[in-house]
Amino acid sequence: MPIKAENIKYIYSEGTPFRTLALDNVNIKIDQGEFVGIIGHTGSGKSTLIQLFNGLESATEGRVEVDGILVGEDKKKLKLIRQTVGLVFQYPEYQLFEETVAKDVAFGPLNLDLSQEEIDVRVKEALELVGFNYNKIKDASPFELSGGQKRRVAIAGVLAMKPNYLILDEPTAGLDPAGRNEIFHQIKKLHERSNVTVILVSHSMEDIAKLVDRVIVLYKGKVHMQGTPKEIYSEADELERIGLGIPQIASIVRELRNRGFNIKQGILTIEEAKEEILKEVKRRNV
Amino acid sequence: MFKNLTIGQHYPVDSPIHNLDPRLKIIFTIIFIISLFLIESFIGFLIVIVFLTVVITISRVPVKFVIKGLRPILFIILVTFIINLLMTPGRVVLTLGFIKITEEGLRQAGFMAVRLILLIMGTSLLTLTTSPIILTDGIESLLKPFTKFGLPAHELAMMMTIALRFIPTLMEETEKIMKAQKSRGADFESGNIISRAKNLVPLLVPLFISAFRRADELAMAMEARCYRGGENRTRMRQMKISKGDYAAAFVFTVYFAAIIVFKIW
Repeated sequence: MPIKAENIKYIYSEGTPFRTLALDNVNIKIDQGEFVGIIGHTGSGKSTLIQLFNGLESATEGRVEVDGILVGEDKKKLKLIRQTVGLVFQYPEYQLFEETVAKDVAFGPLNLDLSQEEIDVRVKEALELVGFNYNKIKDASPFELSGGQKRRVAIAGVLAMKPNYLILDEPTAGLDPAGRNEIFHQIKKLHERSNVTVILVSHSMEDIAKLVDRVIVLYKGKVHMQGTPKEIYSEADELERIGLGIPQIASIVRELRNRGFNIKQGILTIEEAKEEILKEVKRRNV
Repeated sequence: MFKNLTIGQHYPVDSPIHNLDPRLKIIFTIIFIISLFLIESFIGFLIVIVFLTVVITISRVPVKFVIKGLRPILFIILVTFIINLLMTPGRVVLTLGFIKITEEGLRQAGFMAVRLILLIMGTSLLTLTTSPIILTDGIESLLKPFTKFGLPAHELAMMMTIALRFIPTLMEETEKIMKAQKSRGADFESGNIISRAKNLVPLLVPLFISAFRRADELAMAMEARCYRGGENRTRMRQMKISKGDYAAAFVFTVYFAAIIVFKIW
C-alpha cells in the first residue's frame, strides 16, 4: 500500500499580506519498501509536504491517501495515520522531555494504548535499532547525552511506534561527520532489515545520493524532477540552476569528462570514481 | 492554534501613519484615550468616529483587520453592556419577570460599549502601524527623563524588546514541539481539565528547556558584542521629528480642541 498525494495545493496565511503558495499541484506516490529522498531548497515546500503525509497539516486543495485511508477525513483515524507514518522532525532532540531515555521512548507506544509488556519490548527494540545498549542507556537522563545520542533517542521514540513509513526531516543537521555517518548507517541498516519505507528529506545532495533509490526534487512548491539518483545527477546543470548542486565527486567527474577524459557518466561515490580514474590513467599510459 | 493570536500585530505597509515618529504616536494614543473619557454624548463620539475613519484610511490598514482586533475583548464588551443595561436605575421601558430595563440603562450600556470599541480600535492602531521594535524605542525615549529619578529606562526597553522579539520564536517553537509530540500520538485537544493539564507536560518541559537555552545564548551573544546597558549607547535609527510629524501634531491638536470645545459648549 502506498502513500499517495494527488493535486496538492497548500497556501499559507490566505487573505493576509503574508500569503504564500507553499505547494502547487504536487503529485507523488511512494510505495511500501521504497527508500526515497526529497530534496529541495529552504522554502521549497518539503517540510509542508511531509506534514501532510501524517495529517499534521491539511492541504488547501487535493487529497493525501495513506494505505488507502484518506488523511483528514476522519479525525478518529488520525492516530492510526500518525502511527503508520512516523515523522522525525528537524532537530528532534528538542522534543525529549522525560526523566529517563526508556520513558521518553515509551511515550509514543503509551499513547497507542498498548500493554505494558508490549511497550517494554518495543522500547528495547527501538533503542537497539538505533545502536544503543539497552541496559546501559535506559535509565540515563536524555539531557545528559551528547547531541548525536539525543537525536538517536528521539528517532527511537518514533521507531517504537512501529511505523510503516519513516520520514526523517534533515536527520543529520548540525551533527559532526561521525554523528552523521552513524545516523545514516543506522537508517540504511533499518531499511535493509525491515520492510519499512524510508523518506529522507534534505537539502544536501551529498547525503542522499548514496542512500536512496529515488529522488524527488522540489522547487518552488512543485515537483521539478523525479528519478534515480543517477538520472537526477546527470542533469547537473539544471540542478545548479535551481541552486541545489550535485555531490562534489559527481561534479569532479563531470569536469574531467568536459576536459576530454573518458570516464563513464553517473558516478556517485568516491570508490566508483577512483576505479574509473585509475582505469583511464592506465589507458593513457599504454 | 496560534493563527488568531495577535499580540503587537504589526501590519507592514508604507503609509504616512506608519512613518510618524513613534513618540508622537504614543502621546497621541494617550491623549486619544483621555479624549474618549471626556465625551459625554453620542454626538461627541461622531467626531471620534470621523477622525478614526480618516486615520485608518490614511494608514492603509484594512478596516477588517482593525475590527478583528476587537474579537479578544468581545466578551468584556458584552459583560459591560449587560451589567450597565440591568443595573442602571431610571424610567422602566421593559419588564421581563424580575429583569427591568430602563431607558437610562439602555443609553448607558450603548454608550459604554461604543466607548470601549473606539478605545480598542484607536489603541490597536498604534500597534498595527508601528513595529514592536520601533515602539519600544519610542517608549525608551519617552521614559528617558525619568532616569534621573532612578527609573532604568534603557533596561526596561531592552527587556521589552527582547520579550517582543521572542514571542513569535516561542510560538513557533511551541507549534513545532506540539507537532512533534502529536506525531508520537500525543493528544492536546480532548479529555477533561486534569488530563489536559497532564498532557501539556511533554510540551512544557521541552519549551522551558529551550527558552532557558535561548536566554543563555542570547546573553552570551550580547556580552560577546560588549553590551553593558544603556550608558553612552548610540542607535542606528535616530528619531527625528519631521514635517509630517508637525502636520500630524497639528491635525491631532485640532481634533482634541474640537472634543474640548464640544464638551464645554
